Amino acid sequence: MLTLILFNVFNGIIIGLFYVLMALGLAMILNLSGVINFAHGNFLALGGYFAFVLIPYTGFWVALIVSPLIVGVIGLILERTIIRPLYSRDPVYSLLLTFGLAFIIQDVCRTIWGPAGLPLTPPASINQPISSQFFFLTGYRLFIIGIVIVAVAALFLFLRNSRMGMRIRAGTLDLETVSALGINVGLLRSLNFSVGIFLAGLAGVLAGGQIGLNPNMGDDLLLPAFIAIIVGGVGSLVGTLIGGIVIGVAAALTTVFYPAASEVVIYVIMILVLLVRPRGLLGEEGMMT
Amino acid sequence: MSTTTIGEAFERRSSYRGRLSLLLIWAVLLTVPLWLPAIGGYTSLAGRILIFALAAMGLNFLLGFTGVMSFGHAAYFGLGAYGCGLTLKYLANSTPLAIVVGTAVGTLGGALFGALIVRRKGVYFAMLTIAFGQICYYVAYTWNSLTGGYDGLRGFQRQPIDIGPLVIDIQNNGTVFYFFILAVFAVCVGLMALLLRSPFGRTLIAIRENQRRARFLGIPVEKHIWLSFTISTFFTSVAGALYALINNFADPTTMFYIISGDLVIMAVMGGMRSFWGPLIGAAIFVALQDYISSATVNWMSFVGLIFVVVVLFFPRGVLGYLRRIPL
Repeated sequence: MLTLILFNVFNGIIIGLFYVLMALGLAMILNLSGVINFAHGNFLALGGYFAFVLIPYTGFWVALIVSPLIVGVIGLILERTIIRPLYSRDPVYSLLLTFGLAFIIQDVCRTIWGPAGLPLTPPASINQPISSQFFFLTGYRLFIIGIVIVAVAALFLFLRNSRMGMRIRAGTLDLETVSALGINVGLLRSLNFSVGIFLAGLAGVLAGGQIGLNPNMGDDLLLPAFIAIIVGGVGSLVGTLIGGIVIGVAAALTTVFYPAASEVVIYVIMILVLLVRPRGLLGEEGMMT
Repeated sequence: MSTTTIGEAFERRSSYRGRLSLLLIWAVLLTVPLWLPAIGGYTSLAGRILIFALAAMGLNFLLGFTGVMSFGHAAYFGLGAYGCGLTLKYLANSTPLAIVVGTAVGTLGGALFGALIVRRKGVYFAMLTIAFGQICYYVAYTWNSLTGGYDGLRGFQRQPIDIGPLVIDIQNNGTVFYFFILAVFAVCVGLMALLLRSPFGRTLIAIRENQRRARFLGIPVEKHIWLSFTISTFFTSVAGALYALINNFADPTTMFYIISGDLVIMAVMGGMRSFWGPLIGAAIFVALQDYISSATVNWMSFVGLIFVVVVLFFPRGVLGYLRRIPL
């Protein structure tokens, strides 16, 4: 029983980390640009598929970095061309646009790589079991944890210490003032958007190695990522980080005791948080009201 | 802002055109069974269009006339459908009762969730509506013994309506059923028009135009948005109940957020600032989707393209474009 619970907590952490990578990118775009990116899960899938194409030529390690970069550049191009004109309009338009993009990207993936699942095999050096007693501690899963920690740490250092990062944080709080101080807000939003998409692409490569690739692999992560943002508190990336892991572990633990409710439980957590603490665990006062 | 006076002047000026287009709309709707088969359509397609139009018009009560965005209305559409289907299956063989129960279930869900959602603003409001909508989807998906789970709810059929000497056979006669849907649609749409013309409806439009100003005038904004949300889910769940009747079936995907997005695009495509916009949008979207999904395997790309093209090139929608209504 203990092994079973440990196994599920560990599973929950892994899935929670995927929620975190998705939710951090979504939250960055939401906070600075006010866009709910429905296509975020499809950028994740693109990341996985690009790695699948690259690996035979470049190997896994290069693909792990290059594939998310390509996805980030695609995100940048889309932001510059079709999403940017919508910032000044009613938010319903950017929602509908990313909604349509989600359909298109998913269909493009299905047309090019087929509806069936494709395997994405990580190198043997990181893909072996570590302990015979705790069978779930494979090298690849520990590798996922390591990479996500590095990526999240890098993101937080970037936002905290770099000039651009500070501007992004300032823009989240008061975009008008940032703009009045002579900072190019358009550029800031583009950079912010592509960093968010890069994180989705990275999650795609990692998820591909874990569960394989299919055209709608990101769909199951999109809604939990929303919940992670709401639970953690809109406006707080640390909150999003905690929210993602909390709902990941909660869903996995529910599978042990009552499997049927594992998908509903994250919504129950969301309602409880909204009732007890409407701004979310670490949300700032006024960000969400 | 003197929006009301401008609006009223606009109404007076265009009242002739308004009456003419009203006449045109009802003439077209009433004669559907006569001409639709001739151009290659089928009457049940027209029924589907009316149902989605009612759902989208309900959504637009909130989106276009209160200025608040919901991306979760599929949930109340689905609650209406399940409420209706379950009543027919387990409670009573009465179509009107099933519609009433379905509508009550959907509206109650809307009132309850709405109370938790309305304190938020803008995109966060939208995000909460999606999340709450998905709750209904997962409950319907998981509660196998009641809802039939993934396979959907089967084993019920719409029943002929028996009023004294007259029996309206909506069960076997497709044309009669179309007119039944049209009658329900007409009652709902009339009610909606009355609400929008009332002082309450004017207050909603004031909130849409300038929420802060409305608050300064002493209007309880949250309460009005909650009322608007609940009324909006009422109309959408009536449509949902009809949807269960037309299919003799209800399934969880009806509640998925994709359907919510479809409803929003119908409203925007037809013109979310005009009363009849969502009807036009529903007619175009449902007919196009019906055609595209049978014509190509890449229908998803085309549907996605519809979204992108509408947003980038026709943000005012068909009616907004014709009448040059400002955004």
